[in-house]
Amino acid sequence: MVGVVVGVALISFAGQALAGPTTINWWHSMKGARGEVAATMIKAFNDSQSDYVVVGAYKGNYDEAINAGVAAYRAKKQPHIIQAFEVGTGTMMLSGAVYPVHKLMKEAGYNIDWSRYLQPVLSYYMDANGDLMSMPFNSSTPVMYYNVDLFKKAGIPAPLSKTEPITWDELGEITAKLVKSGVPGGMVTGWQSWTQVENFSAIHNIPFATRANGYEGLDCELVINNPKVVHHIAQLKTWADDKRFVYAGQKFQGPKAEFIAQNAGVYIDSISAIAKLQKAVNDFTWDAAPLPVESWMKEPQNSIIGGASLWVFKGHSKKEYKGVAAFLKHLSNPDMQIYWHKETGYFPITLDAYNILKKQGYYEENPLKEVGIMQLTRRDPTKISRGLRLGYFIQIRNIINEELELVWNGTKTPQAGLDDAVKRSNMKLREFEKVYK
Amino acid sequence: MVKRSFFTSKFLPYFLILPQVLVTVTFFYWPALQGLAQSVMRSDPFGQRNTFIWLENFIALFKDPLYLKSVGTTLIFSICVAAVSISMGLFIATMANRALKAKALIRTMLIWPYAVAPAISGILWLFLLHPSYGVVAIAIKRWFGIDWNPVLDGKDAMFMVVMASAWKEISYNFVFFIAGMQAIPGSLIEAAAMDGASPFRRFWKITLPLLSPTLFFLTVMNIIYSFFETFGVIHMMTQGGPGGATNILVYKVYQDGFIGLNLGSSAAQSIVLMSLIIVITVFQFKYVERKVQYAG
Repeated sequence: MVGVVVGVALISFAGQALAGPTTINWWHSMKGARGEVAATMIKAFNDSQSDYVVVGAYKGNYDEAINAGVAAYRAKKQPHIIQAFEVGTGTMMLSGAVYPVHKLMKEAGYNIDWSRYLQPVLSYYMDANGDLMSMPFNSSTPVMYYNVDLFKKAGIPAPLSKTEPITWDELGEITAKLVKSGVPGGMVTGWQSWTQVENFSAIHNIPFATRANGYEGLDCELVINNPKVVHHIAQLKTWADDKRFVYAGQKFQGPKAEFIAQNAGVYIDSISAIAKLQKAVNDFTWDAAPLPVESWMKEPQNSIIGGASLWVFKGHSKKEYKGVAAFLKHLSNPDMQIYWHKETGYFPITLDAYNILKKQGYYEENPLKEVGIMQLTRRDPTKISRGLRLGYFIQIRNIINEELELVWNGTKTPQAGLDDAVKRSNMKLREFEKVYK
Repeated sequence: MVKRSFFTSKFLPYFLILPQVLVTVTFFYWPALQGLAQSVMRSDPFGQRNTFIWLENFIALFKDPLYLKSVGTTLIFSICVAAVSISMGLFIATMANRALKAKALIRTMLIWPYAVAPAISGILWLFLLHPSYGVVAIAIKRWFGIDWNPVLDGKDAMFMVVMASAWKEISYNFVFFIAGMQAIPGSLIEAAAMDGASPFRRFWKITLPLLSPTLFFLTVMNIIYSFFETFGVIHMMTQGGPGGATNILVYKVYQDGFIGLNLGSSAAQSIVLMSLIIVITVFQFKYVERKVQYAG
């Protein structure tokens, strides 16, 4: 009897002790080295105060994490914060399940000057009124890597400028020289829809979809079958025919392997490939340059980002939201952003962090790391280059990938492929529109 | 002495099967009904808006030329997988059955691949056949000059996923075939041999007919395997590409439902897939089974 009483007392005591700091759950997709960096940032927050404890949990890759979030929300067991990738932005924003970050920060008493953030990053996660819906977390952008040794062997002047992009025509000549010098392939590209269609459109200020790329209405339609994008794809197709462009898969593994094996001299992929290349390449020197630009584009726009942002779910208490706000504030502190950028290569999202890094001379020592930032911030984003806001965007990307593959293997002409991509994507957009009508 | 151990309670049998019924209802009927309900709804991923839309999801599916293409792809894929894995399994079983030494060892070694998960099998074959880093792919390109590129060529990709899916299933078929062969009385074969039947004739006229129940069973199992369990292979090797050339139905369900969060369409596709499997199985039992000899 006494034992039972003591037991109950102990349990309730433990319960009280646990009730001390409020727990904030954060579901993310950061594993490996990135996961450790995220864990360090969480620990720094937990050590800095005693009111809240943030608990990070790895919930699989982006697709899996968003599904975990959906299932949890339906079961009313949602975490406070969930990391969702950029193509899921439209879905999250319309879900009716999120607490917009700009509102959260204001209501928790933080007066944040959003103009001190990197605008091309923020703009991807804003609604049509320019209000921030989610907190950017890991953001990258595509750049062009090239094999300096192969360039020199082929008589191509290297290094290329890290701020002034070369033209696509010049890349055509470069890849021709590479192939002529005996390299099996000229260029490869990872994530073709993101780099060759989405970013190509943004940099050249060409609409990807109507209604300001979908920001201003669900009734938008894709317009990537415009002459400029068709010309670009047609050009890549002619390059594919004489090995100046080699298609090595939708994601990054195939293209990266070709570049590392020196089967291709030019490799277009996210800035997050820097770390991977630094680790994997030891028998040649390589460098990075901004993405090429068409010769008619005298003032190239910013490129757009990839990556993920942090969304706050509805349905928690006010006190918990105060903790969430404090944690989000903590993540955007300069020291955290500097640490994040140095360790992972993802952008620092605030100008303060960027300026401190510059002042410390970090970019003189690591010039590679600035190529992406310079390209991303070279101009203020326009309504066209600020980002994409499409429903079922994940499926639309799949459609674009499929149709491009049919172009590369000669089943369809570039015009027909992109026409079909538009037609199929528009069907998806109409379905999406019906759901939220 | 007469053994009289029976139970008088009427409810006991029901009580005894209750656990199994509960498991089946919870893990099969309940999700299947949920899928059925979802397939006639249009809803957002978070379940905030649900509209009943009758059969619109199904109509949209059958109007979509790509869905019909995926049905065709699935049929070609599963017929190829079943044909390759059954014929190879049968061939290897026949050979192994004739082995004189180390029979047990040979059998054990041949059964191993079955323990490999489909996703792992996909990765293993990718390391052989991927045009950028596959050992065999690089070799055949360099030595034989074969233009092998499953990343770009739909037929190459189909060949690759069929190989990876069939490879694993060969072991499964092997086990059943060898068990079936060992059940065939040796006297039958010996009698035929004495009458002067060649080994091929003995196989064709005696072994195969007596194996027909096994063959039938394996056809059903292999088709079901290639419809559903090959998901891991496709996911690891091609993700349904290039250009949708290996996008089989079950992968499309995953892509539209799990990745694309289009739950209505995905549920409708699952229902179609389920019906298709029911039809195939019923068809097989009704028409193919008639020709099967169940020798006692």
